[in-house]
This record gives sequence, C-alpha cells and structure tokens, in this order.
Amino acid sequence: MVKQRKLLSVPYYLWILLFVIFPVLLLLFQSFRGLDGSFTLVNIQTYFTSRVYLTMTLQSFIYAFLITVLTLTISYPAAYFLTRTKNKQLWLLVLILPTWMNILLKTYAFIGILSQTGMVNQLLDFMGLGAQPLLFTRISFLIVATYIEIPFMLLPVFNAIDDINDSMVYASRDLGASEWKTFSTVILPLSLSGVRSGVQAVFIPSLSLFMLTRLIAGNRVITLGTAIEQHFLVTQNWGMGSTMGIVLIIIMFAVMYLTRKRKRGVAVR
Amino acid sequence: MKKLVNLSLLIIGLSAAAFAGGRLIEQAQGTGGSDVFHLYNWGDYIDSDLIDQFEEETGYRVVYETFDSNEAMYTKVQQGGTGYDLAIPSEYMIERMIEENLVVELDHSRIDGLDHIDSDFLNLNFDPGNRYSIPYFWGTLGIAYNEDMLEGFEPESWEDLYRPELANSILMIDGAREVLGIGLQTLGYSLNSTDNSELQEATEQLRGLSPNIKALVADEIKMYMIQEEAAIAVTYSGEAADMMWENESIVYILPEEGSNLWFDNMVIPHTAQNEEAAYAFINFMLDPEVAAQNADYVGYSTPNETAMDYLPEETIEDEQFYPSETMMDNLEVYENLGLYHTGIYNDLFLEFKMIK
Repeated sequence: MVKQRKLLSVPYYLWILLFVIFPVLLLLFQSFRGLDGSFTLVNIQTYFTSRVYLTMTLQSFIYAFLITVLTLTISYPAAYFLTRTKNKQLWLLVLILPTWMNILLKTYAFIGILSQTGMVNQLLDFMGLGAQPLLFTRISFLIVATYIEIPFMLLPVFNAIDDINDSMVYASRDLGASEWKTFSTVILPLSLSGVRSGVQAVFIPSLSLFMLTRLIAGNRVITLGTAIEQHFLVTQNWGMGSTMGIVLIIIMFAVMYLTRKRKRGVAVR
Repeated sequence: MKKLVNLSLLIIGLSAAAFAGGRLIEQAQGTGGSDVFHLYNWGDYIDSDLIDQFEEETGYRVVYETFDSNEAMYTKVQQGGTGYDLAIPSEYMIERMIEENLVVELDHSRIDGLDHIDSDFLNLNFDPGNRYSIPYFWGTLGIAYNEDMLEGFEPESWEDLYRPELANSILMIDGAREVLGIGLQTLGYSLNSTDNSELQEATEQLRGLSPNIKALVADEIKMYMIQEEAAIAVTYSGEAADMMWENESIVYILPEEGSNLWFDNMVIPHTAQNEEAAYAFINFMLDPEVAAQNADYVGYSTPNETAMDYLPEETIEDEQFYPSETMMDNLEVYENLGLYHTGIYNDLFLEFKMIK
C-alpha cells in the first residue's frame, strides 16, 4: 500500500522538479551571467545602484499594494453578503464568470469603454460635463487592474466565510454580542485565512502587470514587468531580466512571510 | 472485460489524437513537404490578395507568420526550431544577422528583376552588394497630426512637439531608438550616437517632452489617431498613410531637423527549409505590378522604380512619402549599435518612461 502510494506520487515530484525547481534554478543561474555570458555579480550591482530600477521596484510595490487594497475593500463585503443570500453558489458563479473570458479581450473592452469616444465619456458628455481623458491615466490603470483581480480575491474570502460554522455565529448572538461584535470577534478572525490567500493571489501577479501598463496606461505607469520584457526581448540582456525576476520572487516571499498564519489568534476551525 | 475494451478504445483514441497533433506540428514547422512556403513578416505588411496570387502562380502553399519587432524576430530565428523560408527585417537587424551568420548568402543568378529597384536602395552600408538581402519597402519616421484638433497650429519640427499647449496630446511610438532619436536630433546629434554625454543630454532634453506625451504605444497608434483620441502621433510613414486613408484631417510631415530613414529587406534565414520557394517569392515581389499593388495596399514606399509607373500620380508626387533629394539628405539610417549600446539606449528609455 505504502509502496503504491509512493509510486503514485512520482509524477507530482517530477512535475515540481521540472516545472518549479528547475526553472527557478535556471533563473538564478541566468541572473549571474553578464552580457558576454561570463559569471559576474554585475547585474545585482547594477540593480541596486540604479535609481531607475529601484524607483521602478518601489512603484511596482505601491501599485500592487493599492490594487490589493482596492480589491479587498470591494471583495470582502461582497463575499460576506454573498454568503448570506439565497442561491449563493449561483451569485458566486455570476461574479466569477468574467474569469472565463480571456484577459486581453477584457482589456480591449476597457479601451472601448474608457476612450475619448467611449461609453463613459458619452455619458459624461450627456450630463454636460464634457469628455475627460480617461484612458492612459493611473486611475484607469487601477480600475482595470482591480476589476481583473477581483475574482481572485472574492473566491478565497467567500470560501473562508462560507466555511464558518453557523453555530459559532448563533452562539455569539445568544451570548448577547451585537452584530458588529459578532462580526469583529468571530467572523473576521475566522475568515482571515481566506483574506491571506486572496492577498497572495492578487498582490504577486499585480507586481508585473506589463500588458495592462502598456494597453491601459500607455506606458505612463511603469512596473518591473515592463523592464523584464524589455531585457528579454529587446536588449537580449537575459541576465538583467533574470535578476529582476529573482527580485520579484524575493518580494513574493516577503509578502508570504508578512501574511503568514500567526501563532496567536483563532486558527482552528 | 468492459473495462478492458474501454481502456483499449481510450488508448486508440489518444494515439489518433497524438498522430493528428504530430501532423499539425509537422505542418507548422514546415517539415511537411516541399510545397509549403513559410513567410515571416510584420503584421499587415502584404496585400493578402498577392499571397493568393503567389500560391496560384507557383503552386506553393504559403504559411504566413507575423512578428511585431525586429528583436522578437531575431530571437525566434536565432533560437532555431523555426523553419522560416523568408523573413523581412529592417536594416540594422539585417546587419547584425549577417555578422552572426543567421542569413544565407543569396545566389544572384536565381534572382530576376533586381534591375527594377532604384539604385539608391541597392548596395547600402548594411549589406554591400546586396549579398544577403533584397529591398521590400522603405519608409520614414515622422509626425502625424490632426489639423482639426490642433486649430491652426502646424508642427514642422521635433522642436514644435515641446510646446506647452500640446500637454498630454502626443501618442509616441514605443521604441527606445525612436524616442531617444528625437532628443538626439533636436540637439543636432546623430541617431547612432554612442557618446555617453550626448545620450545623457538627449535624455535630459526629453524631460521637456514628457508632459506632452499621452501614451507610449505601438500598433494601436493607428486606431487611436483615426478615432481622434489624440491630436499628434510620432509614427512611421506607412502607418500614417493608413490613418490618412481613414481620417481625412490627418497630415504626415517629416520634421525639419531630420528623421529616421529605414529599409525592410527580404532575407533567407539560415534555418530555411525551402530555398526554392524563397527565391520564387523574391522574384514575385520584384515584379513591378506586384510591387505597385502591394505598395498601394500597405501604404509604405516601394523601392521598385518601375513600379512607380503603376502607382497613382498623387502617391508618388507626395513629398512626405517619396521625399525629394534634399529632404533625403536630412534622413539618417539606424546602424547596429551592438548589445552594449542597445542596452544603454533602453536603460535611458526606461528612465524617460519613468519621468512624470
């Protein structure tokens, strides 16, 4: 039995080896290579001494942070009320539905909505406010990025809240706690695991949304993704591109660490 | 027993799928036979009727794949694994591909009709004697603007783009050499400068341009200009020709300080599987009538002198698309700067993009 189980796990180990460990090692290896192919620390040195790269990293971080905060502010109440409606699975499906559509299509749809002659501006015009430049602004970038990331936050938060045993909520009320007290001391702590996975699922991809920065923000918002794309496709400086990839991985670990499960608090379900 | 039958059926099904998939890959890779011709070209850079005509005349089946930058094209050809029979890169990339032996030397005895090409476009620095490449199109980088949206003001130079009243109204092509080139040429330096202080100065100079830039995009510029999302765009001549076709208020000009002149030539990559077809295609495209039809459709300028006879007079007399000798003297061709300086240009370009 044990032997069989071991045998069955071989494909998974192989998968992890081939598609997780090996690529990361390759990335690490590349990041130590200079333009001429020799081994060097010059990429890391360039990265940490370049004002441009450091500001870019900071900017990526700030935008990812804003996108995460926005998605969380929208998704948490949505998920909470969703668990309290009839046919909640159906409503959830409706909210998740946009993920079935290709991200590029959604982005192009937004170009149509936000452009000078688009729907929003037609409405503004109709209300007598006149057309505003919406496309190629930071605000539009944040709106579109938030829209795209919402399902990835909503789903884990919904599941976490949905998993809370109703008897806990009843018990809290029976003991005289107000609605708010019940929420803040019972539901919120118990749903934090969902928030945690949601934050991880949204923050990390948001660090390098290079397609959105180009199509929606017209390259007026620059994140690390833009620089990585440039180094791999234009300058052929794979070493520098890989170094930035490694920086992203390090930031990712930092986020995982900051959002890790703390020892204290109610973690048992 | 039933399980066994099901399993067998599954295996047969999977094998059939694998076989079909293999065939598909084989076709895509061009190992499928000698009647397939793989053309690797820029998007929307040939009249598709001409592909049909070529297929009809020669019996080859054309597989058309596109790229959106010289660098992306280079990476794919260099990595191998692709069996493109003919590619159409720009001059500085051809220079680099010749240096790195990524293109095949042409056998001129198999080429027919090179005499139609204007001698100005032959024997250029990037490929002396045209040993590796045959001219396809050429064009310029310039300023396209919408007369109606600018209300009386007509930009004539790069310098004009810095005007404060143009705040947030320019769509800029997303390319390091193009954008830095504007800074360099405004200051009177060469587009191919590798002098660090000149490049720094150009970047500083561009700081003043940054507030006027609405977005740095690529192929979308055409659509946005037609829809009047912005009043001005820095773009290529052929793109501008398409815009003017769709929106009559748009004008294209070459800036006073000079600009970039570029050539896209046909080359045979070292991985070509079907050289026979590649030569057939080169000869087909050299035919004056074909070249004229293609130029009419694509909007870029043809190097084919004989083809000019087949083009409408207003096209060939248009100084913005077929500039006079004196204007041509102001134009400069990109040279291959090598990896090190390409890196510097792109780092400065990133710095420029970060300016708010």
